[in-house]
Amino acid sequence: MTVGLEHYLLLSAALFAIGLYGAMTKSNGVAILMGIEIMLNAVNLTVVAFYRFATPTIATGLVFALFIMTVAAAEAALGLAILIAVYRNRDSINVEEVDSMKW
Amino acid sequence: METGSAIAFWILAAITVGSALGVVLVRNLFRAALLLILSFVGIAGLYITLSADFLAAVQILIYAGAIAILVIFAIMLTSDAASGDPFGRFRVPALLVAGLVVITLAFVILNTDWPQAAEAPFESPTLAIADALFNKFVLPFEVASVLLLAALIGAFVMARER
Repeated sequence: MTVGLEHYLLLSAALFAIGLYGAMTKSNGVAILMGIEIMLNAVNLTVVAFYRFATPTIATGLVFALFIMTVAAAEAALGLAILIAVYRNRDSINVEEVDSMKW
Repeated sequence: METGSAIAFWILAAITVGSALGVVLVRNLFRAALLLILSFVGIAGLYITLSADFLAAVQILIYAGAIAILVIFAIMLTSDAASGDPFGRFRVPALLVAGLVVITLAFVILNTDWPQAAEAPFESPTLAIADALFNKFVLPFEVASVLLLAALIGAFVMARER
């Protein structure tokens, strides 16, 4: 059977839901960041699948995916730096304990 | 797509979804990070089946080679904290919301008449990316450079010893 656009889109939807579940359920900050990275990868896969099947002669999809990767890398680096700083001050990265700004 | 690409798609899809499920369900945080690397490599393989070879190489370099290493560093530096409990308080509502998201997306995907082009993709996607990146998208390219500089300085400031 031929693998078409819908297969890739359904795969990305499944990956996005898995990342969403991970980001919502975990109490460790690094685990939440891992869920966010899975979601970003799913979106990247959607963009590249649309490039391949809908507009194979226009490179905009590939460039868009490249920029998403760039922003994801910057965000992961900064998020982990912040988590390390929080851990150094409070000795915990359980996001349920870091709540001094809640009302 | 020919049969070889179809078989490769199913194998890579199984690897990617299986390791992503492992990331969110495994108790040990370090094993979850290793499964995250496996899912990144699976996505890189899927990029190759989509004729985006430059993106596959960049995926391995940046995601599996830099972001995953950063995650492992962060896990090692914060290892005294309790490992992420996979069975948190919001397990059932999160499962409902994630299920709702995937069902809605699947409904939209299967019921939309996607415009599909029959042309072949680029012979050299790298050349196409370079041509687009330095002619049409040169402004986002420069802005991305500034963003990376800001992220570099920010991470340095956040993580240094007081």
